[in-house]
Amino acid sequence: MPPKYHVLSVLVENRAGVLARVSALFARRGYNIYSLAVAPTDDERFSRITVVVDVEQAPLEQVVKQLNKLIHVIKISELDPRDSVERELMLVTVKAPAEVRGQIIELIGVFDGRIIDVGHDELALSLDEHPERLDDLEDLLRPFGIIDLQRTGRVALPKLERS
Amino acid sequence: MNTNGGQALIKSLELEGVEVIFGLPGGAILPVYDPILDSPIRHVLVRHEQGAGHMAEGFAHATGRPGVAMVTSGPGATNIVTPLADAYMDSIPMVVITGQVPLPSIGTDAFQECDTVGITRGVTKHNELVTRAEDIPMAIRQAFHIATTGRPGPVLVDIPKDIVDPMNPASAMNWHWPTDADVSSSMPGYKPTTKGHPKKIKEAAVLIATARQPVIYAGGGILKARAAEALRELAELTGIPVVTTLMARGAFPDDHELCLGMPGMHGNYTAVTAMQQADLLIALGSRFDDRVTGKLDGFAPGAKIIHVDIDPAELGKVRRPDVPIVGDCRLVIEEIIKALNALGGQQSRMDITPWRQQVSGWQEQYPLVYEQSQDGDLLKPQYVLEQLRDRSPADTIVASGVGQHQMWTSQYWKFNYPYTWVNSGGLGTMGFSVPAAIGAKVGRPDRTVWAVDGDGCFQMTAQELVTAATERIPVKIAILNNAYLGMVRQWQEMFYEERYSEVYLSPDLPDYVKWAEAMGCIALRVESPDEVGPAIDKANEINDRPVVLEFRTDASEKVFPMVSPGTTNDQIDVGPLQNGLGR
Repeated sequence: MPPKYHVLSVLVENRAGVLARVSALFARRGYNIYSLAVAPTDDERFSRITVVVDVEQAPLEQVVKQLNKLIHVIKISELDPRDSVERELMLVTVKAPAEVRGQIIELIGVFDGRIIDVGHDELALSLDEHPERLDDLEDLLRPFGIIDLQRTGRVALPKLERS
Repeated sequence: MNTNGGQALIKSLELEGVEVIFGLPGGAILPVYDPILDSPIRHVLVRHEQGAGHMAEGFAHATGRPGVAMVTSGPGATNIVTPLADAYMDSIPMVVITGQVPLPSIGTDAFQECDTVGITRGVTKHNELVTRAEDIPMAIRQAFHIATTGRPGPVLVDIPKDIVDPMNPASAMNWHWPTDADVSSSMPGYKPTTKGHPKKIKEAAVLIATARQPVIYAGGGILKARAAEALRELAELTGIPVVTTLMARGAFPDDHELCLGMPGMHGNYTAVTAMQQADLLIALGSRFDDRVTGKLDGFAPGAKIIHVDIDPAELGKVRRPDVPIVGDCRLVIEEIIKALNALGGQQSRMDITPWRQQVSGWQEQYPLVYEQSQDGDLLKPQYVLEQLRDRSPADTIVASGVGQHQMWTSQYWKFNYPYTWVNSGGLGTMGFSVPAAIGAKVGRPDRTVWAVDGDGCFQMTAQELVTAATERIPVKIAILNNAYLGMVRQWQEMFYEERYSEVYLSPDLPDYVKWAEAMGCIALRVESPDEVGPAIDKANEINDRPVVLEFRTDASEKVFPMVSPGTTNDQIDVGPLQNGLGR
């Protein structure tokens, strides 16, 4: 994860071409989208795009204003990681010959993840957690030999107020 | 099923009040062209789709109403990309209808297929591919609403052939015309803010009342908001001098004692310097364009900024304002006037007489100047423009292309009426003037319309004079033929050690008079100063066909003043005739 990443939560109309319009505003400025998650909200006329970008604050403000000008964008909020709850799902297939299989099973247990598929010499694991916890598990699994790994990109919502 | 998509499209345009479509048919848009035969809407058949787009822009510039262009798929659509980009940069309301291959063929590399919405996404305020015939009336209503409200801009509606072709069952539909309420509820994300925030308006009034050296920095937004009257009221109430940017020429009358004219790279000394030394810039519908600010960190260093714009993205984009106000320029100016009056009238405001005197001093010391040509020399472009200005009606609409001739026109014309200046500001599109002038004349047939063009620009879009001659649209074209891409030549002379690379065009090839005559125009070549006036008078008398005057002008003439690229506005070069005068 880059150091100065920002998480934007963009509520959009759920229709063709919206994602292209949103991503084009980052692309034309040469900003890389670090991760992206899109799905309909409870009201299926709308979708929520959670986008993580590596941009300085000042250009980000301008991008947010430009995003707001898109006809199909309803609302944009920047989610400060300190004030939001974040989750991400990771699926990973890892080499698991008999001599280390126990260690891997123990590890996924520690992380509260699950084994979702079992092969002769491989295990497929899943973990939905805070993105940094996924990073940790990824680091710990790497020495065993990661065969495939897929993350969904983070989704986030503002923390609830408690006063 | 009581109609089809093609008929519904034309009926929708009629109901939106469209009087004229600029366009050129082709395979995919054919079914929409058939009902045009039965419609009261006038269609102007262009010779190149770029011409259709610029005509629609010229129409919108001159009338304030959205221009409409219609072209076919593929190359028709790509040919209109430049006008879309131009209209997007200059916030021109325009609706472009493009044909598209039938829905089942999209994505198959069909004949004359291209991804029109993909290509035009970045150069339109909005675009939409319509996929059902019954959605056409709503798509058209949305397009006009988006194009004309908030910050205006171009909207493209892409129409696949099958949903408009009566031979195809996919085109069958029941007519339904959405209400205004339907339109706004169909776009929950689109609600432009028009009323300024009362607290900010009060803050703005206080800044205005306490400024010692204020300048009103009026931009194109004044014209878009129909705010010229309100601006005049504000200026006269406060006595604050007004600069009018390239996009705002005519928004405040040039003959007004408070008008300082155009600022920027080729602005006059007073406009540029007043902004530099201001302690308050009241930016109204202007966007701190790089051609206005010069090197940004040296721009108006001591000025506080009030920035009024209907587009929130403009506030703070370039220069952070002390008082940002999102809103329609006219409404906000009217509120600022009320707030100023509430502060207690003139006695409550700072006396800016010394500032006004300083500004007048600059005006006297640094007027625009040029040296008249000697007998036998080529014409001075500035002289041609002065003659054109003085011999044409005061409310003449003037279009221009892009380059030296554009700057001279902006400098030397007296714009005393709004909506009389039609030019390509942001994008800087060479070839804009001929089609834009035609569009303006279609929109304002009661006005004299002159296009001032360069020889380079003219060669890009001249074929639209065939359109003008055929359709009896009597525009007048003044070509300042200096046989060069003049502005590029000027930069090569000044910044590339006079190494002239690929800028020479030849004065005689093409033969502009023969060419214009071949296109159905009356044409005259003008070579000496004493021929200039009579030729212009003759052109102004012709009202049944287009006229082209070719003026042979001096290529060594450069546009001054000039703020060189990369320098601050303090380093303005007033030119060889005034350099050395005490500052």
